[in-house]
Amino acid sequence: MPDALDFEQPLLELETRIAALQADEDPVRVRDEIRRLEDRLDRLRQRTYAGLTAWQRTQLARHPKRPYTRDWCRLLFEDFLELHGDRRFGDDAAIVGGLARFEGRSVVVLGHQKGRDTREKIARNFGMPHPEGYRKAERLMDLAERFAKPVVTFIDTPGAYPGLGAEERGQAEAIARNLRRMAALRTPLVAVVTGEGGSGGALAIGMGNRVLMLEYAVYAVISPEGCAAILWGDAGKAPEAATVMKTTAPDLMRLGVIDDIVPEPVGGAHRDWDAAAAHLRDALRRHLDELTGRSGDTLVAERYEKFRRMGVVAEE
Amino acid sequence: MAWFRRKPEESEGAARKVVIQEGLWIKCDACKEIIYRAEVERAGRVCPKCLHPFRITSRERIGQLADPGSFEEHDAGLSSADPLAFKDTKRYRDRLKAARQKTAMPEAVVCGTCLIGGFPVVLCVFEFAFLGGSMGSVVGEKLTRAIERAIAKHVPVIIVSASGGARMQEGILSLMQMAKTSAALERLAAARLTYVSVLTDPTTGGVTASFAMLGDVIVSEPRALIGFAGPRVIAETIRQPLPEGFQRAEFLLEHGQIDLIVDRRELKDTLRRLLAFFADQPTPPA
Ligand SMILES: [Zn+2]
Repeated sequence: MPDALDFEQPLLELETRIAALQADEDPVRVRDEIRRLEDRLDRLRQRTYAGLTAWQRTQLARHPKRPYTRDWCRLLFEDFLELHGDRRFGDDAAIVGGLARFEGRSVVVLGHQKGRDTREKIARNFGMPHPEGYRKAERLMDLAERFAKPVVTFIDTPGAYPGLGAEERGQAEAIARNLRRMAALRTPLVAVVTGEGGSGGALAIGMGNRVLMLEYAVYAVISPEGCAAILWGDAGKAPEAATVMKTTAPDLMRLGVIDDIVPEPVGGAHRDWDAAAAHLRDALRRHLDELTGRSGDTLVAERYEKFRRMGVVAEE
Repeated sequence: MAWFRRKPEESEGAARKVVIQEGLWIKCDACKEIIYRAEVERAGRVCPKCLHPFRITSRERIGQLADPGSFEEHDAGLSSADPLAFKDTKRYRDRLKAARQKTAMPEAVVCGTCLIGGFPVVLCVFEFAFLGGSMGSVVGEKLTRAIERAIAKHVPVIIVSASGGARMQEGILSLMQMAKTSAALERLAAARLTYVSVLTDPTTGGVTASFAMLGDVIVSEPRALIGFAGPRVIAETIRQPLPEGFQRAEFLLEHGQIDLIVDRRELKDTLRRLLAFFADQPTPPA
């Protein structure tokens, strides 16, 4: 089974057996056997997905068949028009953005973009933006504010790219500036962690009035591999690192970092894009409706208070 | 002076780690010269041969910048609550305890108010020796309170950074401190109050990618390592050695990322000139 994760393997094997039986020329003969296997599949599914570890969720979040930002745009919006470039250096294909219509309202959309095949993966730098990507995002946020449009962002990146050109052109400054830009944004911002929320490179488009997370998405201060390499001296300890860093949607809900968990179809968003999009559509509608009509001052003040509260300290 | 010749078993790698040795003599990390400790101390911990700035403690830094007796610390009672009950090969609680013992500091940043050349400011100084100056909930909270205090008192903010970035042991909460501090600086800017960011060796990761690069004026010490990603991560990613001087202050200046590089002994005077400019007052005599 191509692209199957290790814990998906037993499920896919059962599905294959059921499909083979369904192709049998005598349906009556195999009917009971199919029912028996389907029951087993159901139970196995429930058991597998109810008890996913942080590392298994990381694998789902990185699944090569998971919907990416442009897929979400197609599934959720009518008339998405991609806009390009930061007007200073270039157009970063690892961040896409543009104008879209969501259920009768205009929204500005931004998101990390991973590639599907080898050529596109390289063109999109595996979803790892350069400074020009973040500066394009900043430009589109300016545009949204000027025309009083809400901003919807999709977060799915291993992180901002660690490379020579990125450093030369001010990767840190580009991210920092976006944080300050979002803090001042006078229109609603809804951020959705759809896949991997990789550190500052994710947060750079993630300071939403609402921050939503798909059920199996992950969001962390550093990749589990990076954390494991530093703390254990062994990137192979990534599953342990994912666990101790508390990177899953329920973890982040408990820590007060996200506002809502968007359910995924059993087996993950990659198993049924339409069902996944239907859940996300409901959540987006609900949160945008709640934020619509609030003044710029209110939105900025609420966003400040929301992030102001984050963190846990002991005080004498 | 034959007794200073390097012993054969001292490898280059090991020697580089030694910044300040015990005793009367010090070997400079940058130029490898053996120098007289007292001379280094007199120069504000700068190598008298090549002007390389040694890492200094937050207390030393405050002593160099604040007018004598003017520094009043705030929020010293904040400490980490270990929100994730984090444990890798060691418990985070034990790492914190060891850092407190080693540095005699409660956390990785000291925040307070003081006078610099007679100008009242909020001054925040990182303690790199405390878990690499990493930013967790406490550092983010102290900086945010300091910025909010500056807004309330209507004074400028100076942050002297030295940090490896966000603190892994507090996970996502550390990442959120980037958002929190940057949002506070947006409020400071809206109040038309100056923020001077002083970068010292090293300033990387989530600290650089938030408040450290948001200064109205960004000053760096010579040769300081400043970047988003650490050099090791970059070298592993691009699978080639990094160019000489990459991510050093001089490199950032050349690429338009910082305003100026200031020798440590000139830093206080530079800050005073900046404060005078933004206060629209004549620069007071040194
Ligand atoms: Zn020297």
